[in-house]
Amino acid sequence: MPKEQRVRTIDPAAAAVLARADALGISTAFSRAEVMKPCPIGSGDAGLCCKNCFMGPCRITKDGQVGVCGATVETIAARNMARAVAAGSSAHSDHGRDLAFTLEAVAKGEAPGYEIRDPFKLRQVAAQLGIPLNERSVYEIARDVAEVAIKEFGQQRGKLAWIKRAPQKRQELWARLGLIPRGIDREVVEILHRTHMGDDQDAEHILMASMRTALADGWGGSMWATDFSDILFGTPSPRLAQVNLGVLKDDQVNIVVHGHEPQLSLMVTEAVRDPELLAYARSKGANGINLCGICCTSNEVLMRQGIPSAGNFLHQELAILTGAVEIMMVDVQCIMQALNDVAGRYHTKLVTTSPKVKIAGALHMPFEPETGFETARQIVRLAIDNFANRGETHIPKEFEDLVPGFSHEYIGYMQGGVFRGSFRPLNNAIAAGRIRGVAGVVGCNNARTTQDLAHNTVVKELLANDVLVVQTGCGAIANAKYGLLVGEAAMEYAGPGLQEVCEAIGIPPVLHMGSCVDNTRILTVLSQMATEGGLGEDISDIPAVGIAPEWMSEKAIAIGTYCAASGAYVLFGVGSPVEFSQEVTRIMSEGWEATVGGKLEFVEDPQEIIRRSLDHIDKKRAALRLPAYDPARFGQSGDEPLQNYFSLPIEEQQALLYGTPSHEHAHTHDQGHSHDHGHSHN
Amino acid sequence: MSRYIATRAIRGANLIVQEAQALLDKALAEKGPQTPVAFPNTAYYLPLINGLLGQEVSTLEGLVPVMARAQELLHPLPASHRWTPYLGETLDSGIATLLAEETIMAVRYVYGEQPERMPGFHLAGSFTSPDEPGKNGAGHLNGPIDDVQLRAWGIQLVDGRMPGFAAIVGCAKSNEVAVKIVRELQRRNILIFLAGNVNGRSIIHQLQEEGVEMGYDTYIVPFGTDTISAIYALGFATRSALTFGGLKGGQAREVLLYNRARVFAFVLALGEVDDLKYATAAGAISYGFPVIADTIIPQILPTGVTQYEHVISMPFDQIPGANDLERAEKLVQKCIEVRGVKVRVTEVPIPVPYGSAFEGEVVRKNDMRVEFGGKYSRAFEYLRMAGWDEVEDGKIQVVGPDISTVPEQGHMDMGIVVDVAGRKMQKDFEPVLERQIHYFVNGASGVQHIGQRDIAWIRISKAAAEKGFNLRHFGDILHARLHADFGAIVDKAQVTIYTDPPKVAEWLERARAAYNERNVRMAGMKDEDVPEFYTCTLCQSFAPTHVCIVSPERVGLCGAYSFLDCKASYEINPTGPNQPIVKGRLIDPEKGYWEGLNAVAVKNSQGKVNDVAMYSIMENPMTACGCFECIVMLIPETNGVMVVSREDTSMTPAGMTFSTLAGMAGGGLQTPGVMGVGKYFLTSPKFIKADGGFKRVVWMSSFLKESMADALKEVAEREGVPDLVDRIADERVATTVDELSAWLEEHGHPALMMPPIF
Repeated sequence: MPKEQRVRTIDPAAAAVLARADALGISTAFSRAEVMKPCPIGSGDAGLCCKNCFMGPCRITKDGQVGVCGATVETIAARNMARAVAAGSSAHSDHGRDLAFTLEAVAKGEAPGYEIRDPFKLRQVAAQLGIPLNERSVYEIARDVAEVAIKEFGQQRGKLAWIKRAPQKRQELWARLGLIPRGIDREVVEILHRTHMGDDQDAEHILMASMRTALADGWGGSMWATDFSDILFGTPSPRLAQVNLGVLKDDQVNIVVHGHEPQLSLMVTEAVRDPELLAYARSKGANGINLCGICCTSNEVLMRQGIPSAGNFLHQELAILTGAVEIMMVDVQCIMQALNDVAGRYHTKLVTTSPKVKIAGALHMPFEPETGFETARQIVRLAIDNFANRGETHIPKEFEDLVPGFSHEYIGYMQGGVFRGSFRPLNNAIAAGRIRGVAGVVGCNNARTTQDLAHNTVVKELLANDVLVVQTGCGAIANAKYGLLVGEAAMEYAGPGLQEVCEAIGIPPVLHMGSCVDNTRILTVLSQMATEGGLGEDISDIPAVGIAPEWMSEKAIAIGTYCAASGAYVLFGVGSPVEFSQEVTRIMSEGWEATVGGKLEFVEDPQEIIRRSLDHIDKKRAALRLPAYDPARFGQSGDEPLQNYFSLPIEEQQALLYGTPSHEHAHTHDQGHSHDHGHSHN
Repeated sequence: MSRYIATRAIRGANLIVQEAQALLDKALAEKGPQTPVAFPNTAYYLPLINGLLGQEVSTLEGLVPVMARAQELLHPLPASHRWTPYLGETLDSGIATLLAEETIMAVRYVYGEQPERMPGFHLAGSFTSPDEPGKNGAGHLNGPIDDVQLRAWGIQLVDGRMPGFAAIVGCAKSNEVAVKIVRELQRRNILIFLAGNVNGRSIIHQLQEEGVEMGYDTYIVPFGTDTISAIYALGFATRSALTFGGLKGGQAREVLLYNRARVFAFVLALGEVDDLKYATAAGAISYGFPVIADTIIPQILPTGVTQYEHVISMPFDQIPGANDLERAEKLVQKCIEVRGVKVRVTEVPIPVPYGSAFEGEVVRKNDMRVEFGGKYSRAFEYLRMAGWDEVEDGKIQVVGPDISTVPEQGHMDMGIVVDVAGRKMQKDFEPVLERQIHYFVNGASGVQHIGQRDIAWIRISKAAAEKGFNLRHFGDILHARLHADFGAIVDKAQVTIYTDPPKVAEWLERARAAYNERNVRMAGMKDEDVPEFYTCTLCQSFAPTHVCIVSPERVGLCGAYSFLDCKASYEINPTGPNQPIVKGRLIDPEKGYWEGLNAVAVKNSQGKVNDVAMYSIMENPMTACGCFECIVMLIPETNGVMVVSREDTSMTPAGMTFSTLAGMAGGGLQTPGVMGVGKYFLTSPKFIKADGGFKRVVWMSSFLKESMADALKEVAEREGVPDLVDRIADERVATTVDELSAWLEEHGHPALMMPPIF
């Protein structure tokens, strides 16, 4: 596709802001992507680059060519892949580590303002870890739980605790293949070691190790992160919220939180409700303080507090371009350095809050759990002070409703309530063919493709084919912007069987399960589905796929790898970083499918992604001997017949309580509704 | 759910919870927090509250936390636009509704408002709540089913004769339809619970107007004319799980899943469905019970919380059918389909309705056309094995005059002689099959059968006679049922009905000779004589860790399965619930330990029981499900045991009624000193032989003393104390240990002189 004719986004809000940016001559990721061509070495079939030692960097552009050390195309492709997995795993896991430290600080009473908001989940997690519960305070329990987790990051031998959350069969397979991670940091370090100059030089061997590293993320660091976020900030349950740039408010102080960690942003959600600060805001002429999010920090506060989302990854610059943002507060991951330049064109202050992330030129206010609440108040105060400096604003009017908050706990609950929660209805629906299969459509935005287009195309088509979609991260926000994450969307987009299930439970056809670190919730759901029975015994038996249609980050690679290693078929859009090596492409596809039952493939065309997804789902259905998908069999449930009934005149409605008075059998001596029997019910 | 149903159910839940709260607050103020609350004759307190919350409520005060929990389970109505999910929330609200409804009923009992009064109403059969002022079933509806009846039905529920229950709520389109619906359910032996009304009119009124008998004996239990009384159906379901499933109060999830898996029940909503009915139905769905409505309501077809569809709408007049009766039949058919109830209907070619539900029907003297046996005539039945060529299958002969020759309400002598032949038929099975004649004949609507052998007493009602029922139809019934139920051992059956007096006399002599021969043979059959005993795991679908071991001298605890029954059952179904066990090495002849039995006990009890002593109550006694006829329990102060019968609702010297004791004896638990048994085991020489035998019985329900007088007299003679029965106390003379001890001293009971029992 010629770059200059490229559609940048399908989001009208984004398009409007981009038009303004163009008019003002302000560059954005969208415009830079048009100028900055991706390096052909590594982004396509033109070649590969190894820069692991200074004999190189070595460019491999021809078949059979090797690096100075003799490293083959396969080795280089596998090593680059493995390093991406290690980097991605380190990011999510380090995020998990910080949450463990926060929990520990809370347990020790060293983090004022924080509390244990879900003691029930804490006890549940502790029980799974075999930590004694009886007659112990939540703080004592929390301390033990945090200690186990903290130890696991530096653990050298043994296995990670949450491996046991996987289906039995999967655990056995991992054990057989030597894929059980020993310690979170150890696996990351080992990949860096193995891919150093002159180490592991067998593609298959390198990639096996990278699966183990990814598993240390998915069933280790990331899973801890999800658990601890829930324990500290509450396990999400569905709530109504809004998304897109239209959530910014003209008459209020706008604070945007961006990045991935919930610790400080949750404190900000408290601070913006502080009557003193609200009064201060009013004293500065603002009608209130409007907190919004971008990217996954947004997802964290969206699903727990209902804080509106200003958009996904590619909206970070656009939010500032509205001119309405007093402060953009960023923590870790996916924060573009360009923010500083855009902010510089406006009154917006960019505040970096992670001790690990400092951006030259931005205001640095590093967060510590011990002083989190105070830092949050300072930031809010700063934003209020900045309100007066605001210039002209251009906030697009578009925003859409969404219902996020589908933690795996809630997904169990929603299928049966407090007493009967389970995955039985979902499994039954899949077994019967009401739901053809399940797709996790997750991942980023990528400025090299049309923003949200692939997400939207893939998801809509899957819904029409009765595939239930679960989402996390920027993918969830992408589809929320177009109204796919509300209950009504089931009636509009879902096939007849899926629609019945959605209407029965009251769910949107697309379930927002959290931030990108919460992809572990999808692993948990898949494990529970396998354990519930009826859909095989392992994740790889379930008719399910994972798709990242607009991925861009190394975290995405780590996620894709741990999902594949857990037995899922994973499809990545945009393009393949290993395309130049047919062998590495093959290993991650057929090779992995043969060994771990899952695979990772890169497919640029969304239509091909859909085709392969449905094929795979049908293949798995057939393997389970489930009836072939047939939408014509379903769709008789629901409120629609009743709406027709209520549209009738009242006399007809009454008559219809036992149908229209019959002409063909006049003999019925109907006494059905006499009123003379005095036993009116309560 | 659908959003419409969710909205209405949650609204109904919110209203009923507030109503219950207000009622409770009022009662607390008026009656005081310590006022006792209880349903009659149950050991399970308020059973649903006990089962789901684990709270043993016995005072008004105890309901306070229950209502607090109900309030917690409520949710706001789903939004009409941009709703959040509502299924889990609706099901929670449904449970809140049930908690509120049981609370309301408990308070109504406090105010004496339950069971619901209905002037002119009379319950059919044994109403087992004698404390009720309504004088044995007159003037009021049933109220909750008591434990006695639950256990009495237990064996039928567990062995599949009674496939499940239908909770009918509301009012049918017409009386005719109402009757048809219950008849269709009865035909399939499905227990019928009635509740609710539409605009004040209930199906109970409809059936009453049509003269349909309602009560335990007809399997039609009228709970009340409001929706709230449907709670009794769910209390029954909850107790099934506690009684037979070995579950404890508070195991809410397990109780609900037990019902989903094992209790085949459904809700049939007749007529308009209001908020409270939706809310109550939401509660029923948590039990896995689907809801079928005969009006237009939204359907919920995806499955999961229930095994098949959750909610089905079959608008009555849209059901295809030539007339309302056909429509009613199809409606019932659909209900059964949706719950997945396994129903086996044997088509019996007779002119009256047929099914086990009619087994308990009573034909009163005034309704009677003719009787055989009883005071004025004699009837007997005799089933014998015959040679292959001596039996012409399906041949039915009436030898002598037909009933048309007898005046109205008259009587005549009759003998039923059945000849069966089969490759796997054995002489030992004769009594097993013969005993079935009672059940088979009783299944005909308008025919009553009591007794057996030469004390049989059969009545045919006027209604049945008017429909053309005559003597030949006894043959039709027996032929059809023997093939259907015992096809594995019966290949050919012919029936001869004798009414010709000389023939009756002649065959009666032959029958009596056979009875004698059998008696001698049975009496001579000792545990020592057979190489194998039989397991009975018939009720493992209900009581998963219990296994009965049935020997010639120890009948199954439900009283329904003797050694020969089990043997026959094994022949009929070699992979079924009755399996032979090789006794193996005898470890202890006194206590009755065999190697083979222990091994089987471990296996069949899923490892819960390691050893079983056949002849002791003090050491590793046999476990029980919940269907036992009697409970034997140690009274340490008297050096003996007491025996309480299921029919006895009075207090016992143990300080507990049968119902409460049953909780200790049932559920597959091995509790030394407590044992559930079949009543004829009391007469066995092996009855607690290791502990001293029958002489240890110091107290016994008068019901047993009277109903088994002859048999017990023989036992007393065998034990060498001919007046032993007179020295055994009963509830009329002692209901405390002190009274009992004094009475025993006074009457010189031999147990007092026996060595210490432990």
